Amino acid sequence: MIVNEQIDNPFKPKAARIVRHYDLIKDHRFFQIRHIDMKKAMSFTYNPGQFIMVSIPGVGEAPFSISSTPSRPGILELGIRKVGKLTEALFKKKDNDVIYIRGPYGNGFKLDQMVNKDLIIVAGGLGVIPLRSILYYVLDNRDQFNRVFFLYGTRSPQDFLFKTEFFQIKKRDDIECMYSVDRPDKDWTENVGVVTKLFKELPKIDPKETNAVVVGPPVMYKFVIDEFLKLKIPKNQIQLSLERRMKCGIGKCGHCAIEHLYTCMDGPVFTYWDTLHFRELI
Amino acid sequence: MQPKFLEVFLESLDKFGQLYGPKQKNGVLSYDRLESISELVITDEHPMIPIKKLFHPMQFTMMHFNERGFEPDYSVIEKRVILGVHPCEIHSLLRLDDVFLRNPVDPYYSGLRKNSAIIGFSCLPTENSLCFSTDTDIVEEGFDLFFVNLGEFYLVWVGSSLGYDMIYQREEFFDEDVTHEDIQMYIDWRQKRNKMFKKSFEFDSMPDIMELSHDSEVWDYFGDKCLSCGQCSMVCPTCNCYNVTDVFDVTNETVGRRDRVWDSCMFVDYSLVAGGHNFRASRADRLRLWYGHKLKTFGVDYGRPGCIGCGRCVDSCPVDINVLTISEALTTKEVPKQ
Repeated sequence: MIVNEQIDNPFKPKAARIVRHYDLIKDHRFFQIRHIDMKKAMSFTYNPGQFIMVSIPGVGEAPFSISSTPSRPGILELGIRKVGKLTEALFKKKDNDVIYIRGPYGNGFKLDQMVNKDLIIVAGGLGVIPLRSILYYVLDNRDQFNRVFFLYGTRSPQDFLFKTEFFQIKKRDDIECMYSVDRPDKDWTENVGVVTKLFKELPKIDPKETNAVVVGPPVMYKFVIDEFLKLKIPKNQIQLSLERRMKCGIGKCGHCAIEHLYTCMDGPVFTYWDTLHFRELI
Repeated sequence: MQPKFLEVFLESLDKFGQLYGPKQKNGVLSYDRLESISELVITDEHPMIPIKKLFHPMQFTMMHFNERGFEPDYSVIEKRVILGVHPCEIHSLLRLDDVFLRNPVDPYYSGLRKNSAIIGFSCLPTENSLCFSTDTDIVEEGFDLFFVNLGEFYLVWVGSSLGYDMIYQREEFFDEDVTHEDIQMYIDWRQKRNKMFKKSFEFDSMPDIMELSHDSEVWDYFGDKCLSCGQCSMVCPTCNCYNVTDVFDVTNETVGRRDRVWDSCMFVDYSLVAGGHNFRASRADRLRLWYGHKLKTFGVDYGRPGCIGCGRCVDSCPVDINVLTISEALTTKEVPKQ
């Protein structure tokens, strides 16, 4: 055997501790985690829209969007739905338990092109988890952006994630929040209907000076993008984030390939312009 | 070099590492560890499984884990000298380099690559050789030594300083002077060989044709035929996809290993994510991805498509889906007759 220690092994996950967790809604849990190595915890930085690979030894590894903002360093936040073997094992973990992470991976949202522009953030269902990162990033650097609109839709009030946080943000006067559910209950006081109905509430925008970001289930993209196009927002100013199966996160295992692109390296954020050239993106 | 020195010379290379090469194993020609030089089979035939298996092993342990975390396992890496490597195989390693050595570097592949010498050998086309079409019939880089069999003697190309070291330790076998006659013999050999290819296809124009044929019914036709068996991926020298699995030690619930195993985009669960959404549920979609990699898209990132013309897919696919039938169907817009 020849020792190969001179190379930093990019597949080796680092230990992180679950600092706090609570249930968002049924089967959806919020986790705050921190690298055990304090130097790593403080130096770990990322772009909103990037993801990490989370490992539980013996169960496996999978990609998860980062839900926290790099403007609040030290702690990473994840919003996780119990949906498979790894997430089931993750839901059994308690505060102070150790999990393993590596990353950050992917490109993240193109923040440069959003600076000093209006920003429309549209989230559907679970898609709000990565968008929460850019939402807080924008709020923490509020003077760098022009008007900000946050549109979030879910099926029912019981599916609405981060309810307390988002209704608190709604009270702020430097962001316009619009929430909607398809099937309201008697306590629901916000809009009713699919998220695209919220576009009617938007004030007049200058499309060239506007950036749009959308994350949601695959079926949602077409309808939301149609609304952006109706507003005449340029195709390369519409960004979306994609989900794919991933085993490595660094462009080796092949699973997330879309033509010559790797979702893990070239994505997960793509512009609508990209999707016109790579027809398998959405 | 005179042919009579060949075996002695190759045997002497064991001081540079464990000898590997094609040998007969259970009736199949296969790259493997050579216990003695007499096992080496230098032939025009390709081993069934390509040389990628020595650099991107079918299954190996990447890391061990226990209560304290993950620790990489590099025991798969050893000093090796790999004998009898055909030009297309050397090209395939250059293609794999593009993927595995690109940042961030894969430490396993890179360790295996750095510790392996490649001793190439020329070959003559077999029934399904397509390397003349794919421009991979000769090599300019990617070897330490390369032997061209001109009958009366071997013309030996030196491709690295390690190759020089290998020759210097048995200098007496080699003649440094290349005469006009020698050059002529090499030219004659190449011309003779160029005429021996029985099959060819439109490799150079395939990227454009693939782009135009994204919605072609050809994919549905072949999708209906495809068995999703994944043989094409196993035998393709540039298929690099893999899966990762954790395995607990039999006797322990906290100790185990993380293994890497070959995967294929032909398998139905290749693009399946938790929650049940499958981004490539149809065989036609998966076939288009596979052939995109071989004939088109790999080129955008790495300069050329993945196919290196070895013809293994032609040999192997049980329902005749291969670079020949696909490219023919796409260029003639006709699906093959049953």
